[in-house]
Amino acid sequence: MGRYILLRLFQIIPTILLIIVFNFVLVRIAPGDPAEIMAGDFATPEVVETIRVKYGLDQPIFTQLVAYLKAVLTGDLGYSFDYNRPVLDVILERIPATLLLVLTAQFVGIALGIGLGTIAARRPGGTFDIGLTATTSLLYSVPVFWLGFVLILFFGIQWKLLPTSNMRTIMGPDSGLPLILDVSSHIVLPAATLALSFILPTFFRISKSSVLEVMDADFITTARAKGLPERLVFRRHALRNALLPSVTMIGLSLGTAVSGALLTETVFSWPGIGRLMLEAIGKRDYPMLMGIFIFTSVSVVIATLLTDLVYRWLDPRVELGGKT
Amino acid sequence: MSAISENGLSVTRLPGFWARFLRIPTAAVGVFMLLVALFFAVFADQIAPADPFSMAAAPLLPPGPDHWMGTDPLGRDILSQVIHGTRVSFGFALGAAALSFVLGAIFGAIPGYFGGMLDHLMSRLLEFFMMIPMLFLVILMTALLGANIYVAAIVVGITIWPANARIIRAQVLSLKKRTYVKAARVAGAGHMKILFGHILPNGIQPLVVNSTLQVGAAILLEASLSFLGLGDPNYISWGQMLRDAQPYLAIRPTFSIFPGLAVGWLVIAVTLVGDGVNAALNRSRS
Repeated sequence: MGRYILLRLFQIIPTILLIIVFNFVLVRIAPGDPAEIMAGDFATPEVVETIRVKYGLDQPIFTQLVAYLKAVLTGDLGYSFDYNRPVLDVILERIPATLLLVLTAQFVGIALGIGLGTIAARRPGGTFDIGLTATTSLLYSVPVFWLGFVLILFFGIQWKLLPTSNMRTIMGPDSGLPLILDVSSHIVLPAATLALSFILPTFFRISKSSVLEVMDADFITTARAKGLPERLVFRRHALRNALLPSVTMIGLSLGTAVSGALLTETVFSWPGIGRLMLEAIGKRDYPMLMGIFIFTSVSVVIATLLTDLVYRWLDPRVELGGKT
Repeated sequence: MSAISENGLSVTRLPGFWARFLRIPTAAVGVFMLLVALFFAVFADQIAPADPFSMAAAPLLPPGPDHWMGTDPLGRDILSQVIHGTRVSFGFALGAAALSFVLGAIFGAIPGYFGGMLDHLMSRLLEFFMMIPMLFLVILMTALLGANIYVAAIVVGITIWPANARIIRAQVLSLKKRTYVKAARVAGAGHMKILFGHILPNGIQPLVVNSTLQVGAAILLEASLSFLGLGDPNYISWGQMLRDAQPYLAIRPTFSIFPGLAVGWLVIAVTLVGDGVNAALNRSRS
């Protein structure tokens, strides 16, 4: 296992380098002067010159790439002239909010998705199954932000049950239990939006089909043949095996969940990375845009690797060789 | 017929396929929904009651007999905008999915067929695309390359093709060991002839299914891009409408509801058709 972890670590290095190189190439394909793009819309001509010197933009292309790689790999994601601060500092401030939203939505969505998918698989073609399959397909087909609108309309505007924007009440409680309760009430709608639109439907579909598949397996027939009650066959033999594909999906769904969070944050003014990116688009703060792209991509790549390792640990049957 | 379709020659299977396809209730519903959308997209100019770009009445009217879906903050007819949006959304998604289809077929088939270092490098590239958050990639590229509808469609196409490449690569890996490929080689056919003349036509079905589903994904991506302010101001887009509608959610909720329903309608239509094609193909295989 130790060897395997090392091997996987080595494998993500090219992916991370590719993310950075991709950024580098994109700036050069984009219309306009790379120095001006990397400085952003707020920079003065002097600043643009500083950037040109810093990244060696008057040097041959290869020297430029090396300078850029060196900067990014040492944690220098550039400088936002909109915030007048290093990009990385601003991003790190926004990370907790996004993390809280994504993790809450993932937790709720995965738990509900797997639970409902498993129940639906008990009686495929039944009312419960058909109803849920139709509902989750509908949820999957509408834009996330529109689903957010609908939830705001009912729970925020019509019934006035829950707050619909920001993460905390302005001038509200700032510590202890009152703060936790305040944040909890603010997170309900955005987390529900994110969970209902991507996460729940994905895990519903996956867990349902894998339970159905496992129930056809020979070892289930054996368990039934030896006289185990159906409840035990299901819980002890079927469910555990059927859960494995869902675990793989946790890693694969991360990118989608983070993309969904970007849109959800926009609708609910949630003060995370997504909101930051929206502002950067509006203000043409290119260093910020590129910094967010690199940061989130690398984070998702690392998180995917971690879930992959958990999966290998849960299911040792998977070969620990170099094959991916 | 069955003897011929063992080879996977889709031509002989087609009559059976359509019968099977349309007998699936959800697929038939999907085809109907798609035809309605297609009709609106093609005849938008004739059907739309007003010019979607010019002021038709007072701003923010509720739905009524003159303006069935009401008017937007600039007094433009929302129904006409929704109808014209069909054309933009459909055209965008078909373009992006077509590009993804071609790129996926080429860059999946060639490495899969020749294998070796090329295949290894391509697998890494596919992994890169599959892992990074898609929307962030699309946003960054559109923001840097310009918020133009054609640029955006190309950006979406080159973001979603890796899924197709993976599918085709797997198909090629399994099909290249078949007897008819060896026969073609013995008969003196070149690699390109074998790959694109014999292997690809026989392995294309899952790609067709996935491309249908990608049309749905592209519709949602386009809506998200314009919602975030990266849409093309020269075109009516449902995402752009939703962006305009958000500040008026409390006072004129219908303005937000209709464009979202339109997106849902089109995405559900292509999803039902895609699932139907998949089911019909699987049934005809067994």
